[in-house]
Amino acid sequence: MPTSNAETGTDLVKRGLAEMLKGGVIMDVVNAEQAKIAEEAGAVAVMALERVPADIRAHGGVARMADPAKVDEIINAVSIPVMAKSRIGHFVEAQVLQSLGVDYIDESEVLSPVDTNHIDKWAFTVPFVCGAKDLGEALRRIGEGAAMIRTKGEPGTGNVIEAVRHMRMMNREIRELTLTDPNELMAAAKELRAPYQLVKEVASTGKLPVVNFAAGGIATPSDAALMMQLGCDGVFVGSGIFKSGDPAVRARAIVEATTFYKDAEKVAKVSRNLGEAMVGINIDTLAPEDRMQDRGL
Amino acid sequence: MSELRVGVLALQGDFREHIAMVRSIGATAFEVRTPDDLAQADALIIPGGESTAIGRLARIYGMIDPMRSRIESGLPVLGTCAGMIFLGSATTGNDQPQLGVLDVVVERNAFGRQVDSFESEFEVTGFDGSMHAVFIRAPWIHKVGADVEILAAVTDPSTGDDRPVFVRQANILATSFHPELTDDTRVHEALLAMAEER
Repeated sequence: MPTSNAETGTDLVKRGLAEMLKGGVIMDVVNAEQAKIAEEAGAVAVMALERVPADIRAHGGVARMADPAKVDEIINAVSIPVMAKSRIGHFVEAQVLQSLGVDYIDESEVLSPVDTNHIDKWAFTVPFVCGAKDLGEALRRIGEGAAMIRTKGEPGTGNVIEAVRHMRMMNREIRELTLTDPNELMAAAKELRAPYQLVKEVASTGKLPVVNFAAGGIATPSDAALMMQLGCDGVFVGSGIFKSGDPAVRARAIVEATTFYKDAEKVAKVSRNLGEAMVGINIDTLAPEDRMQDRGL
Repeated sequence: MSELRVGVLALQGDFREHIAMVRSIGATAFEVRTPDDLAQADALIIPGGESTAIGRLARIYGMIDPMRSRIESGLPVLGTCAGMIFLGSATTGNDQPQLGVLDVVVERNAFGRQVDSFESEFEVTGFDGSMHAVFIRAPWIHKVGADVEILAAVTDPSTGDDRPVFVRQANILATSFHPELTDDTRVHEALLAMAEER
């Protein structure tokens, strides 16, 4: 420790890193080369994976934490923060990722859950991000110690409809809470299945107590700007970049659209001649067992 | 207090927290994304964030030269964490866009990875009482130029050397830590005082 009274792993330190990522793009990468392309394009962090969600979908079977050698390779390739995914409830995968020195753990529905319980995230020094479809889910995850929230969307589809739905739901539920009579907040907490203290906090501040990013199906600069205009603090792009025709150009374009999300002319400019976007999936054609968003509620 | 207008570089990072803090001490704050925005500012803040992302966006959108020339002609500026890196003249690692107005060599992620990020109390030259600060994947200053005044430093555990974490050079203030994430407004007040004196 640099000073005698230093304290690591506090709420402020964990939530603070997410504050620094705001207005930025976090990109899924599967090797050092992709990580460098992402960093060079202006990504604020990378998510180290063995496969991007679209390939996890195509591959089927059980999806697990990445090989530590893969995570090391990516950590050694870039100076920006590196995140990695653990399975929902798999606290040993999380312990392993923390020991590797990852900067954030995504307890993610993209991988196969191992438990109906989520990880007790307070027990860790490393911060966690978790997905949520609505306010109740977000507050349950924050109650378990998540320091950052993202929409679940429907990962690996290149279809932003579910992320939009989740963000609108969260915004609407927060708005409703701010109008709720204080005497009714316990009933609201019961209905949301969320911790009362957090419900009370959201009712008074009108926002989540942690940073909230968009994730799940973002494939174009306009998708990113759409999520920002809906009130997200930043954007995760999974398969959308490295499953497209020209990843480096698309990565830069999505970064710029996220910064200038209110400026349609700039979004138009960066959207020109991007090449092929990833092939999308119509959500209605997904079998119930293929809907990742329904994992880990 | 007169109507000081503080611009906060809003390409990426925690610019909203800086804006809220500036407003809480009675000045006007606004987002700066273009050279036209910059021209309106009586003082400038470069926030925390990812220095590579901020530097790259600043370069693409033609902000480097206008920022450099206004700071060189005396615009009071505060850089926190990534902002400190961006103000500096070099880093100990790979090349990245920097303004080069603050005569320091910065070491990025000097304390380690996120699990090593911390909160701490320390003394700051010229401030009454100690300061409680939060360091997140923070840099420290590896080497300072002759005109740089060191306001606070920590000890490098591997060499025992002092590593500055808060410095001033004329109209430039830079911190490794994030005053905008705490309730301590003294660093921002120091910036406003510099703008008042101009």
